[in-house]
Amino acid sequence: MKLMFGRTVSLQLRLFVAVLLSVVLIIGDKYTQGGTAVRTSLNTLVTPLIYVANLPYELFSLGAKSLHTRDELLTENEALKKKQLLQSEQLQQYQFLARENQKLRALLGSSAKQSNRKIIAQVLSVHSNPYSHQVVINRGTTDGLSEGQAVIDEMGVVGQLTKVGSTTSRVLLMTDTTHATPVRILRNDVRTVVEGIGKINVVKLSHVPHSLDVRIGDVLVTSGLGGTFPEGYPVAVVTEINRDEGRPFAQVFAEPIAQLDRIRLLVILWRSQQEQINDD
Amino acid sequence: MINRYFLLIALSIFFALIMALMPLPFSFEPFRPDWVLLVLMYWSLALPHRLNIGTAWVVGVLIDLASGSPLGVNSLTFSLCIFITASNFQKIRNFSIWQQSLLIGLFLTLYHLVQFWLNHFLLGIYFSPQYLWPVLTGMVSWFWVFLLLRKYRRHFRIR
Repeated sequence: MKLMFGRTVSLQLRLFVAVLLSVVLIIGDKYTQGGTAVRTSLNTLVTPLIYVANLPYELFSLGAKSLHTRDELLTENEALKKKQLLQSEQLQQYQFLARENQKLRALLGSSAKQSNRKIIAQVLSVHSNPYSHQVVINRGTTDGLSEGQAVIDEMGVVGQLTKVGSTTSRVLLMTDTTHATPVRILRNDVRTVVEGIGKINVVKLSHVPHSLDVRIGDVLVTSGLGGTFPEGYPVAVVTEINRDEGRPFAQVFAEPIAQLDRIRLLVILWRSQQEQINDD
Repeated sequence: MINRYFLLIALSIFFALIMALMPLPFSFEPFRPDWVLLVLMYWSLALPHRLNIGTAWVVGVLIDLASGSPLGVNSLTFSLCIFITASNFQKIRNFSIWQQSLLIGLFLTLYHLVQFWLNHFLLGIYFSPQYLWPVLTGMVSWFWVFLLLRKYRRHFRIR
């Protein structure tokens, strides 16, 4: 047995070195830019782990899918067809409106909107740090993703990309305490900022003056300021206003429109190319 | 034969990592025991010459990367806990499994408080008592982890 005498380095010294290295990591993580090669390769290092941990869930959902009865599939198919019919009707209108909008913008001599590149990603179900709100998706730098891209789902804004690896990356949800989204109120175009408070179904409007025209039920959409989120995506609906004059600011809470606790498929948006001036 | 021991220990840690990352139903999520730390603690008590602070630090970084917490938080807390168990392994080994479980609960509390404290500074979160549920579930899981890993160690004669 070499338990007593074989030890070469004392435990205290080992602990000291470990703590020192951890502190270096913590400081390095906090005060360096993401998206560097070192970060990406570090995030790629644990990709196999994430995919293996996701396997049981995939198997279960595969099993559940193959156990669907024929009737269930038929009714689901029927419902989806109806939904698609309704949506394609709206899409026809949309195309007409988009063309009209472009013409009007051309008449005004203002900048034309460009459609952005986008990609669909799936959420991998793995456990994440309980102190923050984030999910892992199955796309990474090989699909051309980079840090800070906007992520939405079919309902509204979900969050933005952080910690990009080669085939996985993390989405910081907009309800996380470190996340803030620049928004405007759809009804009157007043700009404000929505920040997460660490609850999955509540966000808070920051620094709202008592005089601000905001009502319960107001829809907040992204304002396009800050450059991360493109303009006009729905973010949250105002649910609670507390105008206590004793406080410096009114407290306004809102509920995210995207159902952040049950997201499965996401759309990742690229930042718009610099908007062109239309001369004709 | 060093390679064989290393592989067997690494395999158990790998399984612990998978269990730590596997999805659970939403309502069970706050109760998830810290599998990786429990397995590391077992090995540091049973074979402190094979596994101590260095391994704990590396595994901590892996957990940080895989769970998306600020880098270095888990490596620091893991090293701290393994330092305590590895420096007192002779005492703790002689306790009955009940007493061990109580001690493990104490270490887990320390782990979660230090981790909360670091996250408080880094992410600006506030304390809620439900962050401490894994301490209780971890104490209960210790019986299972301890007996299973002891059987594993004896069966494969990991020394």
